[in-house]
Amino acid sequence: MTPDPNSYPRLAPGCRLGENNQQRVLLMPERALRLNGPSLEIVSRCDGKHTVKEIIGELQKIYSQALPERVEQDILGYLGLLHDQRALDFT
Amino acid sequence: MTTPISNPLALIAELTHRCPLHCVYCSNPLELQARANELSTEIWSRVFREASSYGVLQADFTGGEPLARPDLVELVRAARAAGLYVSLITSGMPLDEARLNALVEAGLDHMQLSFQAAREDLANEICGTKAYAQKLRVLDWLKRHRVALTLNFVIHRRNIDQIEEMLALAESSSATRVEFANVQYYGWAFANREHLLPAREQLTRSVDLLKHAEERLRGKIRVEFVVSDYYAKFPKACMGGWGRKLMLITPSGDALPCHAAQIIPGLKFENVKERSLREIWERSEAFQKFRGENWMQEPCRSCDRREQDFGGCRCQAFLLAGDAAATDPVCSLAPQRSKVDAILAEINPLAATENSGKPDWLYRPNPA
Repeated sequence: MTPDPNSYPRLAPGCRLGENNQQRVLLMPERALRLNGPSLEIVSRCDGKHTVKEIIGELQKIYSQALPERVEQDILGYLGLLHDQRALDFT
Repeated sequence: MTTPISNPLALIAELTHRCPLHCVYCSNPLELQARANELSTEIWSRVFREASSYGVLQADFTGGEPLARPDLVELVRAARAAGLYVSLITSGMPLDEARLNALVEAGLDHMQLSFQAAREDLANEICGTKAYAQKLRVLDWLKRHRVALTLNFVIHRRNIDQIEEMLALAESSSATRVEFANVQYYGWAFANREHLLPAREQLTRSVDLLKHAEERLRGKIRVEFVVSDYYAKFPKACMGGWGRKLMLITPSGDALPCHAAQIIPGLKFENVKERSLREIWERSEAFQKFRGENWMQEPCRSCDRREQDFGGCRCQAFLLAGDAAATDPVCSLAPQRSKVDAILAEINPLAATENSGKPDWLYRPNPA
């Protein structure tokens, strides 16, 4: 699914950030995803206080050398993927 | 080969073999450990710290029934303090709301609650006790907690036709994940196999249903299913490969590469009371034995799939072919596949015609 730009993503119950050997990970039932660069920037903003639109805006600033539309597409795709894995709720 | 050994990612902590249920497919060994041999709170806590500093991310508390340990809240707290993600694999009994609150406060991340069927009579028959009503109470309490919930259904001939009802139960709960795991035939399940193995038609129908459910529930509940490998074309990548990802600690502290490894003759297991996890993982004979590819026979040795399924399951190779280093006989390329086909040929007519009569189950007893 494509998330609504005005919704607030937040980590679902039992999903949290962790760290091991300097590698940040997203921990969830029976699974752990490595987080690097952009994925870490996105997930650390999924706190129920940022809208999807705000997350896109902030990452477009951080990755100003990348095409803004590309950044938006990548973020929407990644949030959709995390939602399918039941790592995110949108309110 | 000199590929460096990477650390395990998950620690399966079999806290006890004691359990109020007597499931006919229990994955515990036939020889159960007594309470007197169980590791202390202190040793488990040390094991969690060692695991985390070695790179393990997750601890799966299982048993027996972990709730049978009076120090379970303390163990959850210790594993969280060590930096691990803590899952509790449980039947939900014995548990009351106050203890559930204490577990969540101690940092429990995820609870996997087992259901033996979607109807009370069959559920109670399979686990040999009246557990179903308690499980429904636990489901209800869980709605008030921010903890991940998986519903787990172990699937076999007797309950495979209740999958729609099982899905409905999951949808009425706060679960974000539901697991339909066909029985794997070791230990107690191996002993009860003739009553558990589903007919091919039943399996096909269930897979269709679950594929639809997976689509329909996307974004709400993650639906996962494991089919019976006796019907598969290729074997499962058992434990993600021997000594590659997972380490299991028995109630008395033996470190095993998988649940059933003790059935393989001649394997010697190290104990966490005497060795560090790192030493055991990297150097012990049992973990080295089937790691990598050097132990493989043909057709595995030259097979393109050897890095996907690692030759399948060593315990199953021993149980069905009498040789733990053989290609898993469920593989369609295995020289011993005919043995699996013979079992299916014998069971299918039986499974297709059998109706509701209660089989002569061998129930798992409770250890001292």
